Amino acid sequence: MHDGGFLFQAFVYLAAAVVSVPIAKKLGLGSVLGYLVAGIVIGPFALGLIGHEGEGVMEFAEFGIIMMLFLIGLELEPKMIWRLKRSILGMGGMQVAVSALLITAAAMLFGLAWQTGLALGLVLALSSTAIVLQSLQEKGLLKTDGGKNSFSVLLFQDIAIIPILALLPLLAVGGHDAPGHHGGGHHGGAEWLEALPLWGQAATVLGVVAGIVLVGHYLLTPLFGLIARTRLRELFTAAALLLVVGVTILMGMVGLSPALGTFLAGVVLAQSEYRHELETNIEPFKGLLLGLFFIAVGASIDFHVIAASPLLIFQLVLGLMVLKFIVLVLVARIFSMSFDNILLFGFALAQGGEFAFVLFSFGLQNGVFEPALVKPMIAVVAITMGLTPMFLLFNEKVLQPRFGTKEHDDAIDREDVRSGEIEEQGKVIIAGFGRVGSTVGRFMQANDESATYLDIDPDNVDLLRKLGLDVYYGDASRYELLHAAGAEQARLLVIAVDDPEKTVAIARTAMKHFPHLKIIARTAGLGDSHELIGLGVEHIYPETLDTALRIGVDALAMLGHRRYHAVRAMHTFRRHEERHIHELAKLGHDRKELIREAKKRIEDLEELMLAEKRDRHRDKELGWDASGHISDEGHMRE
Amino acid sequence: MGKILIVFAHPAFEKSRVNRQLTRVLASIPDVTLHDLYELYPHGDIDVVAERKRLEEHDVILFQFPLFLFGIPSLLKEWMDLVLVHGWAFGQGGGALRGKLFSCFISTGGSRSSYSRSGANRFTIRELLAPMEQVSNLCRMRFLPPFVVHGTNVITREGIQDAVAGYRVVLQQLAGTTPPQPGDFDEGAYLNDLLETKEGAGHA
Repeated sequence: MHDGGFLFQAFVYLAAAVVSVPIAKKLGLGSVLGYLVAGIVIGPFALGLIGHEGEGVMEFAEFGIIMMLFLIGLELEPKMIWRLKRSILGMGGMQVAVSALLITAAAMLFGLAWQTGLALGLVLALSSTAIVLQSLQEKGLLKTDGGKNSFSVLLFQDIAIIPILALLPLLAVGGHDAPGHHGGGHHGGAEWLEALPLWGQAATVLGVVAGIVLVGHYLLTPLFGLIARTRLRELFTAAALLLVVGVTILMGMVGLSPALGTFLAGVVLAQSEYRHELETNIEPFKGLLLGLFFIAVGASIDFHVIAASPLLIFQLVLGLMVLKFIVLVLVARIFSMSFDNILLFGFALAQGGEFAFVLFSFGLQNGVFEPALVKPMIAVVAITMGLTPMFLLFNEKVLQPRFGTKEHDDAIDREDVRSGEIEEQGKVIIAGFGRVGSTVGRFMQANDESATYLDIDPDNVDLLRKLGLDVYYGDASRYELLHAAGAEQARLLVIAVDDPEKTVAIARTAMKHFPHLKIIARTAGLGDSHELIGLGVEHIYPETLDTALRIGVDALAMLGHRRYHAVRAMHTFRRHEERHIHELAKLGHDRKELIREAKKRIEDLEELMLAEKRDRHRDKELGWDASGHISDEGHMRE
Repeated sequence: MGKILIVFAHPAFEKSRVNRQLTRVLASIPDVTLHDLYELYPHGDIDVVAERKRLEEHDVILFQFPLFLFGIPSLLKEWMDLVLVHGWAFGQGGGALRGKLFSCFISTGGSRSSYSRSGANRFTIRELLAPMEQVSNLCRMRFLPPFVVHGTNVITREGIQDAVAGYRVVLQQLAGTTPPQPGDFDEGAYLNDLLETKEGAGHA
């Protein structure tokens, strides 16, 4: 049954995901756990729908991790990484070194040679980028201290893979195999590099890194601009994928971690206007592949090995997790994190990582590990990965509510702080940066409100970028782009595009996915105004009304009316106009009724203005403004 | 139990220290409506009918404002000119506000002693409020002395906290079953003073 062809395989994986993930989500377990369970269920030890080719799938699915790091890179600007340097080098370095040494010591107690022990230590010190980041992101914990520091440590571990790969062959005990064929799909091309002298190797590696930075900085953005101008969405997707695949191959050729390479590419592109569009395009692929990866991890848990010596496996799992947890808590304490964050940090990172699978097979080929050691170890790593989402859940639902120390601060102080500082970036998203949006934007900027702009015209985006504005290319009616532009955190969405259909589409998407967002919309005419009101958008602005009224005021003034009177008449007129639009919207789409009502409205307004003239004598009684009373009596009548 | 309407006029509310802290406590006092004129009518196009209805629904009418050049902010004056008119508030067919309690809640940079015959400002707050007192009289409202926070340019955190505490107590009394009456006060007294004597009486 296993070899039922590609489509059957795809069907099994997709069905497993589609069935199990919603269930896991419903139970509050998070998607990672859902995928893992799905993997176990369809794996060789339960339903047997997929066999050991699952390992091949895992290699392919690791591409999801590479994409994830690319996306994370896109979110991080170089400044931010520089700010994280202390936690990356300090925390990451300390965690890897101490964990590796303790595991080495433990392995030697079990009677392994120190070389094997050290190799084991280095491999097991690493944690699972995929599981940790996916879980934390889903729970919205990446922005917390614990989340940020977890990310820093994971980043250090990713960098550490390179020296570990170099070191492993040296740790082989006896029978030193030549490193002819490297394990792990993406280390295959490095032989030519090894033929170079050491300085040559170093120069090549540095050259490639510099190349990525330079090309990313100077070449990619105009290139993406060219592609965007074709207005073919799938071409942009293809280009984005091409970039990630290309970097992966390049990094493989020089023997660097592809995850690190794409991360770097992401960071370089973090300042580009195509950042959000890139995110939007890569995101679904990353999600699918990462899901596939988790399924593969679930399927690769070898229950025969576990069944053969359950107690040993149990002890190893417990030992590994407890040891890593303790080291993490110590590191966190040394770097004086708060109690809540220490717990999160500890539970998040206390597992083996996906790189362990790569490194184990690499070590196997180099004679560093015995197959008898690797088999149970792979099971142990997979189990610890599977347990992590559960521990995070336990921490969130049981430990934090009981022992958490969420700070409560004085309300008055908080108020003072709030009024004193400018809040985080991007409270406003402005969709459409044309004649209307640009003025709204400049007005925001003049009043110290930073906004995020979205526009569909690459030339426009290009120009505005040069002026130093935070403008991104993309179609704002798509959920992914709004999401990438920070719609979750934003408070306000200004829709200022000039296409009425697009306006309605953007409003629909925003109201469906981001119900907290207040929406302000420019409208072209009655049609789209009514549609928006029907959707529940309260604040609509017919694009020509205000200009027309201002022209009207000046016209009246030039005809000899007192200017103050003209302005007040304008206010009255506009109030009626706006009420009118809202009431016509309620009538829906019955055209006859609409026309009749519109006629009546015009008559009303006429009557009102006549009444103002007629009742001028009443001004003696009603202060100086009898018309104010009358106009509002007009609306009271309704 | 009286329902209180605070007709609030502050053109730069966002910069105000005292009034921001004062109005913060309103959420915790029932039956008080803060009616922020500059927020609702930035262009001065006051909705007269809605304003009348609002006034009719309340038993205690308070004007809260910073003292500008010994008078009220311009939008409040505009509001008075448009809303408190003949045939509704007073005169033939008027009397819509008859019997309601009325007072002004004022913040000012000058000290209490500066507002005296011998002080730099030459008139007392009560004297400067003469037009308001007469408007209240014209509309047959019962005029209570003002609640005043002095020295707002130099006031300390503690000073603001004291003012906030007094503000809260006075509003609670005004909303209560036995609110203070015009006859309870000596000449030149503030609503704040009542607070002290009552408290003093309570302690004695």
